[in-house]
Amino acid sequence: MNNLADMLAMDGHGVYVWSSYAITLVVLALNVVQPWLARRRLVNEEARRRRREVK
Amino acid sequence: MNWSFFHKLGSPKWFHDISGRWLPWFAVAGVLLLSVGSVWGLFFAPEDYQQGNSFRIIYIHVPAAFVAQSCYMMLAVAGIVSLVWRMKLADVALKCAAPIGAWMTFVALLTGAIWGKPTWGTYWVWDARLTSMLILLFLYFGIIALGQAISNRETSAKATAVLAIVGVVNIPIIKYSVDWWNTLHQPATFKITEKPAMPVEMWLPLLLMVLGFYALFTVSLLMRMRLEVLRREHKTRWVREVLEKSS
Amino acid sequence: MRRVVWLLFCREWRLAWRRPGDLLNPLVFFALVVSLFPLAVGPEPSMLRSMAPGVIWVAALLATLLSLDGLFRSDYDDGSLEQWVLSPHPLALMVLVKVLHHWLLSGLAMVLLAPLFGLMLALPLSSLPVLVLTLLLGTPVLSLLGAVGAALTVGLKSGGVLLALLILPLYIPVLILGTGAMDAALQGMPVTGYALWLGCLAMLALSLAPIAIAAGLRIGVSE
Repeated sequence: MNNLADMLAMDGHGVYVWSSYAITLVVLALNVVQPWLARRRLVNEEARRRRREVK
Repeated sequence: MNWSFFHKLGSPKWFHDISGRWLPWFAVAGVLLLSVGSVWGLFFAPEDYQQGNSFRIIYIHVPAAFVAQSCYMMLAVAGIVSLVWRMKLADVALKCAAPIGAWMTFVALLTGAIWGKPTWGTYWVWDARLTSMLILLFLYFGIIALGQAISNRETSAKATAVLAIVGVVNIPIIKYSVDWWNTLHQPATFKITEKPAMPVEMWLPLLLMVLGFYALFTVSLLMRMRLEVLRREHKTRWVREVLEKSS
Repeated sequence: MRRVVWLLFCREWRLAWRRPGDLLNPLVFFALVVSLFPLAVGPEPSMLRSMAPGVIWVAALLATLLSLDGLFRSDYDDGSLEQWVLSPHPLALMVLVKVLHHWLLSGLAMVLLAPLFGLMLALPLSSLPVLVLTLLLGTPVLSLLGAVGAALTVGLKSGGVLLALLILPLYIPVLILGTGAMDAALQGMPVTGYALWLGCLAMLALSLAPIAIAAGLRIGVSE
């Protein structure tokens, strides 16, 4: 692999290799981010509920 | 054998505490393993003399396939533990692992199909490996669908446990019949993985990627399980304290 | 024990004949699906012949699923399922009787109808005995596995689609073996291997499925 252009092209197979890696990255990220966001939502809901109770 | 570990596993609070401590380690390990593995596999592993650079997809396809298959085994084991020992945490594990396993199967299928284009000229072939993966995806969908269709939480857990066990018993039968169906209909079987004598420079990054996938699978599973535990034990004091501390 | 089995069988028999529609509908569905294919792909005999085993088997799979959907529902609704679960007799055995009775009225009927459809799809006469044999061995497996799904979804109103989603992947080995046997027969090759494997699956299903069905029913009833 000599330069960036070569790396991206991968002898013409670039599209396949990079799209596979990209999709996988997205899926893995999704599986980690989504639970994290859901936990944040749960924490916020609980905070809202507590504020309502105090009132 | 220290049985107190299993007794402790019955306590959601203990699980939440201990998984909270392990989670960062798994996350760091996963990210490290995947970064090193993919960089190595993408740029430094030698090119396959037959398939050229597209073979680098193996560094995603094979780990995803491994996780997809072992996750289903895990579902069946969780099902057995849930039914035999009535451990609630096993229910939670089954419910949370199923979607992750389905995603991994999807990735394995997609990357397998993309790999197929430069290798065989077409995006999809009904070869034994891809067909078995597709059936595995359907099995996952079945478990997820059944779990969502039953509204009562306990019934849903038990029903999906039974389904997972029935599925796992059928998997070898399905695998053999698909393998054999493939030999009937396609004289030339295409092997996606390289022959066993893979040089170290090729399989070492693969090992790293497999370990990295398992690590991130664990991260995602623990995160989902912790969330589910918080939701279920919602009314208890320790959950209230945890949520208060986090905000 | 034998008396209980016989009584159960008679009860199922009488209940079944009170609603003949339930018995006929799956068979008509079977016929319809088979007939759709020549309409879809054209009546050219050689093409029909190559598709015939697959078409007949897939139609049989779907028809079996359709007929199984309500297998336990009426018992669940009127409370007799609870009585079964609570009774001192082994649930697995009672369930086996029910499913086999169901097979006698649905699967066996399909086995008897299949040669007719085979002829309609340009299958040669010589292959028809193989068709009958493989369906005879395969349809009990379909009924038993389908009953597992019916037991797991017994309280649900979601209908046959969920059942199909759960059970169709499990049907695939039977499908592969059955159509494989037909293809071998069409090429004049021996089918004993296929028949033996189908027999194995049938034995496996007969021994293990009732346990899973009973477990599913217990879960559904305990809700």
